[in-house]
Amino acid sequence: MRVSYGISTEKMNGLLEELGKTYRICGPRRVGKYIRYGDIQSVEELVYQEKSHFSPKEVFYPIVQTLLYFSENQVRESEMEDEREVILFLRPCDINGIRRLDTLFLRNGGKADNFYQRRREKVKFFLLECAESFETCFCVSMGSNRTDDYEAAFRFGEEGVKAQIHGESALCGRLEGFLAGEKECAFAPEFVTENKKTVAAPDIGHRSLLPGIHDLPMWREFDDHCIGCGGCNTVCITCSCFDTTDVIYHETSRDGERRRAWSSCMLDSYSTMAGGHNVRAKAGDRMRFKVMHKIYDFKVRFGEEHMCVGCGRCDMRCPKEIHFSETVDRLAHEVERLKRGEESL
Amino acid sequence: MKNITLPSPHKILRIVHETKAEYTFRVKCDDAVNHGQFYVLSIPKIGEAPISVSAQGEGYVEFTIRKVGKLTDGIFGMEEGDTLFMRGPYGNAFPVEDFKKKPLVVIAGGTGMAPVRSMLQYFYAHPEEAGEVYLIVGFKDRDAVLFEEDLARFREKFHTVYCLDNMEAEGFSKGFVTGYVKEVPFGTFEDYNVVIVGPPAMINFTAKECVKNGVTEDKIWVSFERKMSCSVGKCGHCRINETYVCLEGPVFNYTKAKELLD
Repeated sequence: MRVSYGISTEKMNGLLEELGKTYRICGPRRVGKYIRYGDIQSVEELVYQEKSHFSPKEVFYPIVQTLLYFSENQVRESEMEDEREVILFLRPCDINGIRRLDTLFLRNGGKADNFYQRRREKVKFFLLECAESFETCFCVSMGSNRTDDYEAAFRFGEEGVKAQIHGESALCGRLEGFLAGEKECAFAPEFVTENKKTVAAPDIGHRSLLPGIHDLPMWREFDDHCIGCGGCNTVCITCSCFDTTDVIYHETSRDGERRRAWSSCMLDSYSTMAGGHNVRAKAGDRMRFKVMHKIYDFKVRFGEEHMCVGCGRCDMRCPKEIHFSETVDRLAHEVERLKRGEESL
Repeated sequence: MKNITLPSPHKILRIVHETKAEYTFRVKCDDAVNHGQFYVLSIPKIGEAPISVSAQGEGYVEFTIRKVGKLTDGIFGMEEGDTLFMRGPYGNAFPVEDFKKKPLVVIAGGTGMAPVRSMLQYFYAHPEEAGEVYLIVGFKDRDAVLFEEDLARFREKFHTVYCLDNMEAEGFSKGFVTGYVKEVPFGTFEDYNVVIVGPPAMINFTAKECVKNGVTEDKIWVSFERKMSCSVGKCGHCRINETYVCLEGPVFNYTKAKELLD
C-alpha cells in the first residue's frame, strides 16, 4: 500500500490520540534546553523544525536499564516495564543509524542481545521528512540521507500535515482505516540531496597503512584539547557501548540488581583494566579509536556501510568545538600523504 | 529465547591462597572447557569481570584472581560453600591438538601463568601426547610466585626456567623472561609452537625476542587481556580495530596479534 493524504493538524492530533490508545508514541520534543526523544501526544509537542540534540536511540536503548535481579542463590531476568509497541517519529539518518545498532546488537558474535532485541522489535518507524539540511549535517556524504524503511512518512507545516502510508503492516492498515475518506494527494517524502558540509571518508585501501595512521601526529593535538566528556558518544545514533554495574540494596545482603548504562570510548575509564593499565591512556588515542571505528573499522568488520551516518550531532555537542567531520577530512588528507610516502603536516 | 548474558549459580568448592594478593577459586562446574577459555564472573558488590580458567577437572573449574583495587575485592570475602554467579565459557582456545607431540615453548609473566596452567597440567598428566615442553615463567619477586606446587612438579617433566624481576631465590634466577629466550634450542626443532602470555608490553618484547632468535611469527600464540563488560561482542570495550577480543580471541596467532594496535 502506498497512499497519501493531506490532513489538518487537528486530524493528525486525532490520529495520534487514536494510536496512543494502544501504542507508545515518541518523537523529538523539548525537554528543558534540549530537544530529546520521548513520549508525545500532539503535533504541537513534536519539534520538527529543528535538529534534535539527542538521537532517538534512548527510546529503545535506555541510558540506564536494569538487566537482572539477583539474590544469594538466584538470578532473575528483568521484565519489560512497558509492553506496548512504539511508534517513533524520526529522520532518515537515524533510521539508517538504527540499522547499524541492529547490526551490532543483533548480529555481532552471531547471537542477539536479548535486552536490546526485546525493546527494538516493538519499534515502528514514522519518517519525519527533512525539509532542508540542518547545520552540521553531512548525511549525503555518508549515503544515509535516504531510506525506504518506514511504515508511514510525514511532512509537517503551518498549513497542515501530509502523510504517506508505506507498507502492508497492521499499523498501516490502522492508518488507512483512520484516514480513509480524507483528501488524497500525491505526497511522497523528499530527501535531502545536498548538505552544506561534505565529508570524504579516507580511502585507506590496504591494511599496511594502519600503523602509520595509528602513529599520525594529528592525534596528539587532541591530547590536551579533548576533555574526554563523552558528549559526542552520548548524542550519537550509532554509538552502542555500555558498562554494567551491580547495585547491592543493603551492605549486609547479597540482594541486588545488575544495570547496564551507556558508556563512552572517550572516557578515561573505557579501556582501563582491573589492574589500572589503560590501553588508550591519552585523549588523542581515544579520538583515533572513535574516528577509525566510525569511518573504517565497522565497515571492515561488517562489510556493508560505514558506522557514521553524518547526523552531525557530535559536532553540535562538543564543548571544546572539536569537529568530528573536519577530523575525518583531515585524516583523509593524511592518508593520501601516507600513501605517497610524505611526512604528515 | 535463551538470554545470552544470564549467569548461573555455582558453588565454591575450595579456595587456595596462592599469594597475599592472588586466590584460586575452585568452582563446581561440569562444562567442557578448552584450554585458554574464560568465564565472566559476577564479583559481589562490583559487577562482572572476565577471568581465565586456570585449571579444570572432573566436575570443577578453577579461577585465579588477583586483588587489584576495587574491581575484584568483593570476591576475596567469599568462602567455601558460597555461591558464585558466572557465565561462559567464552573465547577461543589454544590450538592444543596442533601442539601435541611437538616441542612447545610456554613463556608466561605473572598472572599470565593462569591461562596456560590448565594446558600445562594436561601435558604433564599426558606425557604420551606431549613433545618436549620448555617453560619460562617470570614473577616480580618471591612473594608474587603463583602455583608453587605446579611449578615444582613441572620441573620433573619440562625444561623449566623460573625467574624473578629483581632478585634471586632458591629455584629462581634473576632477570626477565626475555633474557632466557635464547636458551631455547629453536634451531634443533623441526615443527614447534610458542605460547606467550602476560601484560601487553611483556608479550610485545618477548615475541620480538623470539623472532630475533629465529622463531617464525606464525609459530607464536598469545592471549590478550582486555576490559570487557559483556564478552559476547556487544559492550565494545575489548574491540581493537575490527576485532573483538571476546569473540575472535583471547588467543591469537602472533601474525594477527601484531596487527592489533589498541
